[in-house]
Amino acid sequence: MSDMSEIDFQIMWSRLISVVEEQATTLIRTAFSTSVREAGDLSAGLFDLRGRMMVQAVTGTPGHVNAMAESVGHFVEAIGPDNIEAGDVYLTNDPWKGTGHLHDITVVSPSFRNGRHIGFFAATAHVVDIGGRGFGPDANEVFEEGLQIPIMKFAHAGVVSRDLIRIVRANVREPDQVVGDLYSLAACNDAGDRRLQAMLDEFDVSDIEPLSDFIIDTSREATRKRIAELPEGEFKYTMSVDGYDVPIELVVNLIIGGGKLVADFSGTSGLSKFGINVPMVYTRAYACYGLKCAIAPDVPNNAGSLEAFSITAPANCILNAERPAPVSVRHVTGQLLPDVVLGALNRCVEDVAPAEGSSSLWNVQISARPIDPSSGLPTAEVLMFNSGGTGARPRCDGLSATAFPSGVSTMSVEATEHVGPIVVWRKDLREGSGGAGKQRGGLGQNIEFEARKGYRFSFDAMFERIEHPARGRNGGAEGAAGVVCLSDGTPLRGKGRQHVPEGARLVLRLPGGGGYGQPKERDPESVRADLQAGYILSEQAHADYNYQELNDLGDSQ
Amino acid sequence: MNDAVTRVGVDIGGTFTDVVLESAGSMTTCKVLTNYAHPENAILEGIQEVCARANVDPGSINQVIHGTTLVTNALIERRGAKLAFVTTEGFRDVVEMRTENRFEQYDLNLMLPQPLVARQHRYTLNERVAADGSVLLALDDDEVSALVDTILREGYDAVAIGFMHAYANPEHEQRVEAALQAAAPDLFISISSVVSPQMRELPRFNTVIANAYVRPQIASYLGRLVDTLRGADILAPVFMVHSGGGLISLETASSEPVRLLESGPAGGAIYAADFALSHDLNQVLSFDMGGTTAKICLVESGKPKVATTFEVARTYRFKKGSGMTVSTPVVEMVEIGAGGGSLAHIDSIGQIRVGPQSAGSEPGPACYQRGGTKPAVTDANLLLGRLDPDNFAGGAIPLSVSDSSLAIDSHLAHELNMETPMAAFGVTEMVDENMANAARVHAVENGKDIEHFTMIAFGGGAPLHACRLCEKLGIRALIIPPGAGVGSAIGFLKAPFSYEASQGLFQRLNSLNVDFVNETLERLEGEAAGFVAKGIGNIETTTAVTAHMRYAGQGSEIAVVLPQSRVSNDGEAPLKALFESCYQELFGRVIEGLAIEVTNWSVTVASVLAEVEKTERYFDGQSAEGSASRPIYDAGKRDWVDAREIERKKLMPGIHLDGPAVVTEAETTTIVTSAFTVTGQGDGSLLLQRKEATTS
Repeated sequence: MSDMSEIDFQIMWSRLISVVEEQATTLIRTAFSTSVREAGDLSAGLFDLRGRMMVQAVTGTPGHVNAMAESVGHFVEAIGPDNIEAGDVYLTNDPWKGTGHLHDITVVSPSFRNGRHIGFFAATAHVVDIGGRGFGPDANEVFEEGLQIPIMKFAHAGVVSRDLIRIVRANVREPDQVVGDLYSLAACNDAGDRRLQAMLDEFDVSDIEPLSDFIIDTSREATRKRIAELPEGEFKYTMSVDGYDVPIELVVNLIIGGGKLVADFSGTSGLSKFGINVPMVYTRAYACYGLKCAIAPDVPNNAGSLEAFSITAPANCILNAERPAPVSVRHVTGQLLPDVVLGALNRCVEDVAPAEGSSSLWNVQISARPIDPSSGLPTAEVLMFNSGGTGARPRCDGLSATAFPSGVSTMSVEATEHVGPIVVWRKDLREGSGGAGKQRGGLGQNIEFEARKGYRFSFDAMFERIEHPARGRNGGAEGAAGVVCLSDGTPLRGKGRQHVPEGARLVLRLPGGGGYGQPKERDPESVRADLQAGYILSEQAHADYNYQELNDLGDSQ
Repeated sequence: MNDAVTRVGVDIGGTFTDVVLESAGSMTTCKVLTNYAHPENAILEGIQEVCARANVDPGSINQVIHGTTLVTNALIERRGAKLAFVTTEGFRDVVEMRTENRFEQYDLNLMLPQPLVARQHRYTLNERVAADGSVLLALDDDEVSALVDTILREGYDAVAIGFMHAYANPEHEQRVEAALQAAAPDLFISISSVVSPQMRELPRFNTVIANAYVRPQIASYLGRLVDTLRGADILAPVFMVHSGGGLISLETASSEPVRLLESGPAGGAIYAADFALSHDLNQVLSFDMGGTTAKICLVESGKPKVATTFEVARTYRFKKGSGMTVSTPVVEMVEIGAGGGSLAHIDSIGQIRVGPQSAGSEPGPACYQRGGTKPAVTDANLLLGRLDPDNFAGGAIPLSVSDSSLAIDSHLAHELNMETPMAAFGVTEMVDENMANAARVHAVENGKDIEHFTMIAFGGGAPLHACRLCEKLGIRALIIPPGAGVGSAIGFLKAPFSYEASQGLFQRLNSLNVDFVNETLERLEGEAAGFVAKGIGNIETTTAVTAHMRYAGQGSEIAVVLPQSRVSNDGEAPLKALFESCYQELFGRVIEGLAIEVTNWSVTVASVLAEVEKTERYFDGQSAEGSASRPIYDAGKRDWVDAREIERKKLMPGIHLDGPAVVTEAETTTIVTSAFTVTGQGDGSLLLQRKEATTS
């Protein structure tokens, strides 16, 4: 078919979204990494010859959104356009050219049609281990954080590099699983390519450039239109957060004008000595995600829709860390960025931006060890993802114990207790932790861990909002701050590896989200319902909401 | 089944109650409007109608087989019991915290589904069982008595009990149940170790809560149904279809109504499976398209694919994650918001989108002239010549072409600056694309190549869309069986008596306790056989054992069906080989060096059905007579073509026609595209096959 109609382009666009969904599904189903399989910590997409991202699967990680979008350009540059052959597969875990830390491996496969190179499939997954110190914030340089693989060929014309495999195997703690994941990544790109070829057969077209132009132009135009509807001006917002050892200031200046939107992070604190620094790609990803949710949530992600947002930060501030800064748990800082850009946006448009939330995941990596090493009991590693409360929205309450901006899932406690010798004594909502407001912030949660008899454990803390709770917006109160301690009340640090002795319990109280609007304006029926369910405590009902219990005792439930 | 047996299948759907009477080897069907207040009255009305038509005395009916959406509706509409949930201290909020994720990534105003039991009705007790079933914290009898008092005082109708790791040790749940039952003999109580004894607290708690929530209502309904039938001299036993595609007794259904959630769609899958067997097809894609949704199911070797969990009551555009996951044996189906009534609109970036909003049957598509003004899929089909305006639903509903045109023009064509037919084509092509994509992703998730499947299409909308869907999916053959409008109810009559019992039992393969596993399987088989016997007495049955296995460290299991009903003493090697062959089939490779785990065992006991009679198949034959034709738009060719028009009844066995063609009948219309042929089959089915040497 020589003349592509508008309908054909629309149908092919729809199909490509299904193609990358299939690519992602293949990866989720075959991956070993817990965070890929259980939590959706992956990314998959199709790129045109110029390295422009055409479509991307919607997965659990906005952090990969435009991080991976940028990566294919780096691959073309490093491999050299003349060295690209059918059957090639390239990879890297370079935090600055991939998706922000060494645990993420990005694999790119060129797509050929009738002997001609037409585009690329790319996929990213978080692998279970990458050597070094393991998944935690304690390193002072990226060199301590594990194996670094510069952009190179994983397979050359269909032949896998045995040397690369041997190097990977020698450097990671779980070689079978990590190498297995490399093959999964390559296989998912192949799955995507098979579907692409079938589509090109069906529509009888030989390349994807016209379609790419259609997708990217349509999306760019739609996004620009939305930006043009915003009031022009500069809007600044500052948020202080815990950091590792010293607090961090996150500062953004939103500059809107001439159909453009720039988010500039000048004024933000400098580098941390520890692995909470963020490479620019990852800063761009989360800043962009926050803005896009508020401004153009319905425009699909691709080079066109991302192009409209310009994100900048001075070199070697904590949001533009350069090599060799440590970046292992860059998500702890990066996931706070939507709160920052939405805070600035709230000064520009009313009733769109939610209040600040818990935002950073409270991931816990637990290493259980037998107290008596000669007992023969096995060691175990347990990873759990946990979320606090989200900020209240202009017209509805925040979500309790729900991930935002990350979209990952938690794991079943029963399944977790089969993985390692630990008992989770509690995982329930943290009463009274949502920030008061006309709309209440989402509640955090309580978690208590103990080692089974004969074991003790250590854990990697990477928790935010202990010193700096989520603030409310437009008169809403702040959510409860996070707490890390032992069951006897001994406080623990929010960042870094720590030990829990036998018989003691580790207690985590996750932060609540901020409130939105004046608490006194909250509908008394909602306050009453909150009291009944125990979402708020009775003293809060009086103090925060000025609630009179006199008319509460009827049974109008 | 014996020809002398007279049986009735009854499917209560959202709009219609379908009734099928099987008597003396022939079938009589009818549709009556569903009666929401008294569903049993519509059933009786339907049974009396088919009996009158077939001249059969209702008193001579031997079996009534019933499936219904009532359980699902009760959950969606939140019309259940006043319910308390009792759980382990520290886990009060499992059903509210869910998986802690958002099912829609970019919606800042997302609302999450609310749990069936509000927080103030969720109670906790200090007790704790460990993963291995040992007791970490013993249950305190005084605390139990205090809770019993509270529950009685609050006046609950039903109580659900779900403790951590109760599948590994049910004793605490049983003690609380006993204490409550002793104090309140009429209280409906459900415990998780009986309703869903599987690892993973969220689906297990959801399941026991859903069960308790609907139990009083369903028990009452089933009681009324029996009384109503008795009152009309229909004394035949009533059996219920469960979500896994088998029959259970009324008594079982009343105590475990959560097993009925997907009974209607399961009937559709059995219907397709029956044709798969009679046409000797090993790999079948069942495609059921009605007015609001389309359902897709894989049927291999005559068996619909089953799953152990399923998401009910999705609240957000059929989106995965927006409902409630329950663990109960279920025919695995993908359901998307695509049907004849699905509405088309232009989204914010100028693309045509179809569904999931639907015009339903009221007001219906614009062409029904009942007040609908938005363009529906049916409007687009009408404008593309695929429906005959004067002969829709046997002429019962006259369709207005001009109303369809107006709807398509004003909502789509003008804005897109397109001719009317082009916009109409955009609508049908987008809805076909949505369905094809859902089918393709479902096949991939099951490690299958969909190209090798044969499609069996039924439901009012499917014959219009199935051929184009096959083009998109690369499927070469398609069967449109007869009676497709009441497929589920017919399917009910083909279902075996069956029951699946399962047990979470977590073991590494290299340290498998074979004796313990076999004791468990023995117990599960006895339990399942008991339920089957309750239905049909002691007849010949088969037993199938499934081990749910994974590599250590993985998060989800795959179902491995054992060739025999017990594990042999050298259990490890054969189980490993079976697991690896399944894993290879699903994922294309096996992983060396990793330990293998079994997490759950399930045992299904089913009655043996009579061998399905093979139908006479025709792949080619004598050309159909007649010369009537009409123009239809052929999506693959992107052009209008002149299609032969023929009544379905003229496509006798062995009668053949090359596409493009339109096959008409009262209930629906079958479109045969230019790339396909159609041939009448021995059983009244139509076989559509891709022309071999076509150029696209």
